[in-house]
Amino acid sequence: MNYSELFTLLAPETLLVIAALGVLFIDLTTLRGEDIATRMSWGAWLTVGACFASGVAAFMAPTATPAGYLDGMLVLSPLSPWVKAVILLLTGCTAIVSISSRFTEHAGEYFALLILATAGMLFLVSTENLLLIFVALELLSLCLYVMTAFNKRNLQSAEAALKYFLIGGISAAFLLFGFSLVYGVTSELNLAKIAPKLASATPDSLLLVGMLMVVAGFGFKVAAVPFHLWAPDAYEGAPLPSAAFIASGSKVASFFILAKLMMLGFANAGGSGAWMNFSSGWMPMLAVVAGLSVIVGNVAAIAQSSVRRLLAYSAVAHAGYALVGVLANQKSEGLASVIYYVATYAVTSVGIFAVVGAVQDRAGNDKLPAFAGLSKREPVLAFCLMIFLLSLAGIPPLAGFFGKFYLFKSGLLVQGGGPASLGMLWLVVLALAMSAVSLYYYLRVLKEVYVSVPAPDAPALEMPWAAKAVAVVLAFVVLLLGCLPGLLVNQLVAAMQVGAN
Amino acid sequence: MFAWTIYISFIGVAWLLTLKSDDAAGARRVALLTSGASLLAALMGAFQYSADSGLVDVANVPWVAHLGIRYHLAVDGISVVLLVLTGLASFVGILFSMNIEKRAKEFFAFYLALIAGVFGVFLSFDLFLLFVFYELAIVPKYFLIAIWGSTRREYAAMKLALYSFVGSAMVLIGLLAAYVVAGGTTFNLIELAKFPFPREFQMWAFPLVFTGFAILAGMWPFHTWAPTGHSAAPTSASMLLAGVIMKLGAYGCLRVAMVLFPLGMSDWAAPFLGLASWREVFGLLAVVGIAYGAMVALVQKDFKFVIGYSSVSHMGFVLLGLMTLSTIGLSGAVLQMFSHGIIAGLLFGVVGRMVYDRTHTRQLDELEGLRLSKSMPFAAVTFVVAGLASMGMPGFSGFVAEFQVLIGAWKSFPTFAVIAGVGVVIGVAYTLRAVHKAFFNDAPEVVAVGGGTAALGGSPKPHNADHDWDDISIPERIGTAILIATTLIVGLYPRVLLDLIVPALNSPLMEKLVKGGAQ
Repeated sequence: MNYSELFTLLAPETLLVIAALGVLFIDLTTLRGEDIATRMSWGAWLTVGACFASGVAAFMAPTATPAGYLDGMLVLSPLSPWVKAVILLLTGCTAIVSISSRFTEHAGEYFALLILATAGMLFLVSTENLLLIFVALELLSLCLYVMTAFNKRNLQSAEAALKYFLIGGISAAFLLFGFSLVYGVTSELNLAKIAPKLASATPDSLLLVGMLMVVAGFGFKVAAVPFHLWAPDAYEGAPLPSAAFIASGSKVASFFILAKLMMLGFANAGGSGAWMNFSSGWMPMLAVVAGLSVIVGNVAAIAQSSVRRLLAYSAVAHAGYALVGVLANQKSEGLASVIYYVATYAVTSVGIFAVVGAVQDRAGNDKLPAFAGLSKREPVLAFCLMIFLLSLAGIPPLAGFFGKFYLFKSGLLVQGGGPASLGMLWLVVLALAMSAVSLYYYLRVLKEVYVSVPAPDAPALEMPWAAKAVAVVLAFVVLLLGCLPGLLVNQLVAAMQVGAN
Repeated sequence: MFAWTIYISFIGVAWLLTLKSDDAAGARRVALLTSGASLLAALMGAFQYSADSGLVDVANVPWVAHLGIRYHLAVDGISVVLLVLTGLASFVGILFSMNIEKRAKEFFAFYLALIAGVFGVFLSFDLFLLFVFYELAIVPKYFLIAIWGSTRREYAAMKLALYSFVGSAMVLIGLLAAYVVAGGTTFNLIELAKFPFPREFQMWAFPLVFTGFAILAGMWPFHTWAPTGHSAAPTSASMLLAGVIMKLGAYGCLRVAMVLFPLGMSDWAAPFLGLASWREVFGLLAVVGIAYGAMVALVQKDFKFVIGYSSVSHMGFVLLGLMTLSTIGLSGAVLQMFSHGIIAGLLFGVVGRMVYDRTHTRQLDELEGLRLSKSMPFAAVTFVVAGLASMGMPGFSGFVAEFQVLIGAWKSFPTFAVIAGVGVVIGVAYTLRAVHKAFFNDAPEVVAVGGGTAALGGSPKPHNADHDWDDISIPERIGTAILIATTLIVGLYPRVLLDLIVPALNSPLMEKLVKGGAQ
């Protein structure tokens, strides 16, 4: 093994790890006597700088690794820099949103964890080895558990973290067990080598159990029904930036690796999830999970009065939509649509959390009435919130609409199918019907914002300029990617074509 | 030229957003200017357009190349007619909104955004683009009603938004399926219309997409958003809802559902409940809508609900005309879209702006005592004229349109034509009842003169013949004149529009349809 070559390939990740240690060091030494405001903003801007440097490194790094390099532990493709860039952008935005938060005295530790979690995501994106997937996932998850519990003065935060941790621990056990069964059947850890081994044999029951456990493990990570129960508490109880991070960056990384695992590693053991035509494999399992997520997430969100819980359930529903893309028959289209959808969804989520955070800081809670008359008190933020929520509802010309459209189109497309075959039609119909339900609860929030009259004693909102800038920029991104989806889609498709050749 | 209708409206939105939020007069000026400009663009485009040229591209550039989506705007005769209608209705709607004070800037911004979406739908020949514009209209509608509306506004706004969204979800399923079945390379309407979709596919795609659009056209039994929505909306929004938005639905039925899936209207293998095809099913629903809407309008107590249900009834003629699949029926349907857009705008203008904004009541029982024919002669005369046009008096546009539909229907389904004819008669009845009760009631005043009896049913303070109501303003008079002139011109010389509509119906795009998709 050549260490200088390894370092070149791993430059983005290495930079992040160094930055995490650097942030800790600076916070403990030079900033020791400073007040919390200074330390938070130093930490945040250092994080942003680290993300930027790492992003540059990701695009500078080679876009291909030698075949069979380290048994698939490190695989770079032309697609990786794009996914990494999205993740780093989300981390940077989360860091900026954190600046004004006052949930902790431990600024250095908080940002170090944030950066380490990001490093975990980047590793997750650049590996195709079951073992390293698991390790990277645990690096990410452990950081997220701690970040959820970070508000020591708040019982809710502790409760949320405990739930998240316990369920997360169990799901990690499932995932590892599943991986070990897959390894037992194929005696391979490298996804590229697992695939051909699965092609020859009909899926035996051991493999099916293994895949079921993998689906369960990832179902937890992406908060799909019936593994979603931690999400509402974590979204509501965690400190706001942590919640934003869980809702955004971790979703992108988890979905990317899930799609890769299923579409690349288990491609030949998919079976079929088409209506009345189920055959055993991971597809019917994932199809049922997707269908349940779409239904439960949207229906449960109707009943919520806390906006953060509402977002949690809507996240469950969105996980269901995104799974439609994972189920696509045509792999490249499916992967491109999943990445587009999850990336735009994550961008939207961070934006919403930025606005919700500003409201919550003033009103003391995130119940619907706290948003009453926001359009009068803070027209710019209200407009951003409208763009974000409508994008989630899938109203054109916003990114969420095109994302859904692209997903469902990939879900219907059948490779080499006859003129009348429409892949996952039942799931697409279900998802579209349920997205009509979703408009109701998004409009309920917007009704408070635009229609309701603010309480006469409602305090004016004060939001640090940086966080406001994040909201505005993200809203612009959502609008831009909705009007010109080609900007991102063309890059993804081109990257995948280069990778395929 | 036509594309400018969309761009001007969006420019108006952007311009409004730069204004100060308390600058109501400025907002009104900007709105009047932009909607006037887009009306002008539509009219100039219409004069430049010649019916012989068929389908004319306005813009055609790639949008999302990877998926074969193009930014493709084009016009044919039908689009031209509806674009002119949209320009007229929106401009007059602004004229009737000159009394908006509350959050005026936002009101007009939502209004113009809605209009931009409507123009876009009528111009799009790429189905993805059409759908984008179609959905663009949902959110402004919600806010226009929820913020500036009256009776049960939040309920009505949510109902309308959800009905529209469910309808568009159905449409999206059908469009996605058609796109994928046709190979997933183009959304071009003309290309897709040429693709031979399998019959069994059309058999489920047609009713799905047709119903999805027809929800917005107020097809019975999915019409219930219409009366509540129209009544709750502020005047100009009601004018748009009834005048233009319902036409979006009917236009989608014709342009998308029927053109793409003509075989979906052919006969089933065996009749079901005496009905032989989806065509007859929707024909039946259309006449039920005509008769039901008219009968319900006959017993309404709220003036706006009378007009709301009459819209359902009149839109039934459009759907019936579509289902005849003959040139005369289809051209009648398109003409009825135009005619009803103008007449409904006029009716809602009188009821909402002239009467309700001044008397603050819409209850016919309370209006009876106000003797409006004396205090508001202009409103009374306008309403009588509009009522005559609405009930299908020869000389007005409504007559030409409904007459053609009835002829077409007589050839295709005689029974339905008879029921529709009965609907016309009931239409006369409810219009006369409304005219009588609201304006010309000679009965002695029910409400005693004086200050003491204001408690009656929460009615405003009782009025005598001399009220302190503002006079009918100049913009209202101009708007009324424009609409009445339009309905008269079309009524007396329908060829101005028919010369545009009929060639479009005989174009290659519609050919399969008019020659009877029933094969």
